[in-house]
Amino acid sequence: MTWDWNYVADVLPALLDGLRITVIATLLGSLVALVLGLVFAVLMRGPAPVRVVVRALVEFVRSTPLLVQVFFLFFVLPQFGVTLGALVVGVIALGLHYAAYNSEVYRAGIEAVPRGQWEAATALSLPRSRVWTGVVLPQAIPRVLPALGNNVISMFKETPLLIGIGVLDIVGQAREAGNTTFRYVEVYTIAGLLFLVLSYPAALLVRRLERRVVGT
Amino acid sequence: MSDLSTWFQVLLLGLPATLIATVGGIALTVVLSFVAGLALLSPSRTVRVVSRIYVEGLRGTSEVVQLFWIFFALPVLVGFQIVPIWAGVLVLGLNHGAYGAEIVRGAVQSVPRAQYEGALALSLSPAQRMRRVILPQAVVEMLPPAGNLFIQLLKSTALLSFVFVQDVTRQAHDVLIPAFNPYVFPILLLTLAFYLVLSLLITAGMRALERVAGRRLGRVAVGVG
Repeated sequence: MTWDWNYVADVLPALLDGLRITVIATLLGSLVALVLGLVFAVLMRGPAPVRVVVRALVEFVRSTPLLVQVFFLFFVLPQFGVTLGALVVGVIALGLHYAAYNSEVYRAGIEAVPRGQWEAATALSLPRSRVWTGVVLPQAIPRVLPALGNNVISMFKETPLLIGIGVLDIVGQAREAGNTTFRYVEVYTIAGLLFLVLSYPAALLVRRLERRVVGT
Repeated sequence: MSDLSTWFQVLLLGLPATLIATVGGIALTVVLSFVAGLALLSPSRTVRVVSRIYVEGLRGTSEVVQLFWIFFALPVLVGFQIVPIWAGVLVLGLNHGAYGAEIVRGAVQSVPRAQYEGALALSLSPAQRMRRVILPQAVVEMLPPAGNLFIQLLKSTALLSFVFVQDVTRQAHDVLIPAFNPYVFPILLLTLAFYLVLSLLITAGMRALERVAGRRLGRVAVGVG
């Protein structure tokens, strides 16, 4: 069996359509993860009961497989009367999973802000919300941008497990094509290359950002 | 209550596959991490380039794609089908080995230069230098990130359910959910608990290893936060 370029030309539109879904899931999932992760990180510095609950949730999410979490949301939400499309469930699951990882990233950034900054803000009797938005976060977030970027790339590479709930991303489309034609080499090779051409430059970009952040 | 024990037993049937995939995957990961990680530091340019291609290639493509490629595409090229669980171990090892290689490289590079010079001054051979001076110190640095990597690997074993491995996830998805549909909530919570326990076991094991490795270097065990 050899590489068939005509077959490649036939399936490429479907694969690119899958790529569109993969990118949408990654962007929306990352948006959820970036916002929710920050909320978790701030809550982890809150009063004891909140802190403990958020901490436990984050540890739990990080210690269990994303795929099972995806199934969990997909099958359990409808029982509580919440019926969402597979892609939406996928975005929520990806967002929640990576929010747990991002909260750790933000936490490290927040802890790296010197104590004196908190004390100065308190001395100026800034309200709590201003301490966060005006003093702490503007110093914490820039230095964790590379780590957040790496998590976006990781999420991009994990979106294919949404095929478990029927999302037709790159791999979903590749599988459909492969299962109808029984030609797998082309579709899975192209799927892999599509991931590589997007994630490798992104990784280089993050590494460059990393050097710049370390340099400052 | 009898339902709970039924679910538990059905999930338990998937445990051997999950364990084999995890342990086999970790074993292959460790080997590949050292081989590729040390190769990244090789004096030979060719060796470095080959290793770099492996690391970037495997880190740059998705694990699910790698799994499907080895399971569906490779048999077409080589003419035989790999048993699903071994295809799984192979992918888990190849993929996480690429991440592990960077851990090994970073840890070896973090050993202070004076240690190299000291070993050189004692006229140790390059192999002795690596084995007796550099690696014992580097391994201590590798263990914490390796623990995270192994937990990632454990979580990735769930993907093997896509290629017909009868692991814990597949037992939940293919056996329990269709049979006990009104109870998906407790069933999937129980499934997640299986993985949580395994994660905690890996964490505990790695902490113990960190203490042993630290003590062998004469370092006092540091509080792990």
